[in-house]
Amino acid sequence: MSESGARVLWQRRLLLAVLLTPALLWLLVLIILPHIDLALLSFRERIAPRVYAPSLTQYRTFFAEPLYWRVFVRTAVLSALATALTLLVAFPVAWIIAKVARDRASSLLFVVCLIPFWVSETVRALGWLILLRESGVLPALLVRLGITAVPVELLYHDATILVGLVYTSLLFMVVPLVSSLQSLDNSLIEAAYNLGGNGWAILRRIIIPHAAPGITAGCIVVFMLTLGNYLTPNLLGGKNSQWFTELIYTQFIVRFNWEQGAAFGFLLLALSTGMVALGLRLSGQRFVDVMRRS
Amino acid sequence: MSVPDLSVEDLDKRFADHVAVDQLSFAVERGSFFSILGPSGCGKTTLLRMIAGFTVPDGGDIRIGGRSMRDVAPNRRPVNMVFQHLALFPMMSVGENVSFGLARRGVKKAERQRRATAMLERVGLAGALHKRVDELSGGQRQRVAIARSLVLEPTLLLLDEPLGALDLKLREHMKIELKQLQAAFGTTFVYITHDQSEALVLSDHVAVMNRGRFEQIGSPQQLYYEPASAFVASFVGANNRIQGRAVSVDADLVELATAQGWTIRARRHGAVAAGDAVAAFVRPEVASLELEAGRLGEPMARYAGEVQSVLFDGANSAVLLVEQQSRFEFRVALPQTGRLSDLKVGARVYFGFDPQRAICYAAAAAPGDAHV
Repeated sequence: MSESGARVLWQRRLLLAVLLTPALLWLLVLIILPHIDLALLSFRERIAPRVYAPSLTQYRTFFAEPLYWRVFVRTAVLSALATALTLLVAFPVAWIIAKVARDRASSLLFVVCLIPFWVSETVRALGWLILLRESGVLPALLVRLGITAVPVELLYHDATILVGLVYTSLLFMVVPLVSSLQSLDNSLIEAAYNLGGNGWAILRRIIIPHAAPGITAGCIVVFMLTLGNYLTPNLLGGKNSQWFTELIYTQFIVRFNWEQGAAFGFLLLALSTGMVALGLRLSGQRFVDVMRRS
Repeated sequence: MSVPDLSVEDLDKRFADHVAVDQLSFAVERGSFFSILGPSGCGKTTLLRMIAGFTVPDGGDIRIGGRSMRDVAPNRRPVNMVFQHLALFPMMSVGENVSFGLARRGVKKAERQRRATAMLERVGLAGALHKRVDELSGGQRQRVAIARSLVLEPTLLLLDEPLGALDLKLREHMKIELKQLQAAFGTTFVYITHDQSEALVLSDHVAVMNRGRFEQIGSPQQLYYEPASAFVASFVGANNRIQGRAVSVDADLVELATAQGWTIRARRHGAVAAGDAVAAFVRPEVASLELEAGRLGEPMARYAGEVQSVLFDGANSAVLLVEQQSRFEFRVALPQTGRLSDLKVGARVYFGFDPQRAICYAAAAAPGDAHV
């Protein structure tokens, strides 16, 4: 290789390194280092003031205490349910945006989906409180319509948490779905129809297989967001919410038991990793492909 | 007499700003290859989509195998379609593509597999059953698209310019293959195209469509030798179009003078009176070319010209020349014997044609909108 060729190559490498530095720093300082620290924390035990010893006690406590692992399983199940519901709600919305609405209407609908996200999550959750609490708008309406005799408390149910989570996650499902549905050639749908397919067959054999990467990407994002959500389950579920993030919060902030909190954090990480791997396995896809194609 | 496989009666379709299909009526015989030929925007795609059921007509009726298709959903019509870009399902194997329609009809899996295999064999794709669609070449995909439709044994197969996306060599090859497939299966084909060569080579009957109407329906030979209108004459095959005024009309021969003063004679088609604006059409192969005026035969008018360019294209070679006095540009086919192959630009030549083989039409109000 010539002198100048080597020089150009070297300059390119330098440029790449400079451009990647912020991202790599971010990854190292804010994600990798804290996790290493948390991992170390989770594997130790306080045996005397300021004296610690390596131990598996934190993890043992989790399995020994039924409250802890029940909340853990409950969080996983409700998150999966919320993800499934979000998919069911988002799919028709995405279909209309991608295939039914024309250019202007389509962008307008997209903006409508986006608008709730201009408001902070706290304010949105508080909005649900105003609507659903016993003295709120919806219970009063139910009494007015004669459906219930007295105002009912609509907050603090699992269903309320699910409604809040679906609402919060909707956009993150709609975006990947829209982009994967937009790339579906309309003539494929017409061809399937022409060959005798009905709506259900076309959905099952053509649309869903085509949109699979988008569906998987949306589900991964929504599931992770839901699993790690603290605010919405807490505000809408109240004391009944029993969300795993609340246990972590309690250990770190209320009990000041960082070792236990760190162990919980790692269990949650393992859970989300495991569920995503399971989902990919079930839908027969690879993570890299899903992220590239959607 | 058998019921035609397709009959269309007074079919109408209007869009906001234009008429796509205008009071159209025609019938397609069982087992024939019927082409609809027209420029883009003539309404042929709308017509095809109405037959398939994707577009709802504003008026009129479509009968397939004698049965009215009014209120019959596209997935319940005895019609299958080969799409312009084929629309094979990329998420399925070749076999799954072919058996998709059978599965929708509730055919059992073993039977589907058997019929798909047999169909792929018939179109020359034995062994492609488990291949993925993107492993096939353009021509093979074409055959899968046809197999996928024909396995359902439709009354009618619609083809929407399926050769348009192929390169020239493959297109020529697929033309022959399509014709042979149609003959082998005996299914009625309705084929739309803007490529006149495809229509002429493939079809038993061709309809030339313009502005939502058929200008002419006939065999390829009729369209070529007896075009019913100026539009057909200019759209089908190469033609010299000579516009001018009728100077005199003598029985079926019209004498025509162009604005530049070139006078020719041509056979009249339809009513033409002296003084009318007219257009005459002379095919390049109807005209003869000689280096000496005396060698042109008797019925021919003789004109002197100058070679402007030599358009060598094998058997389709032609010379573009200008008539000496009027500077009118005229195209003459070169003899296939190779004689005159050494013509040079600027050479003085003589050309002429039999007036009986030149056709003259009264010019319509709008150019290209002539009706019979």
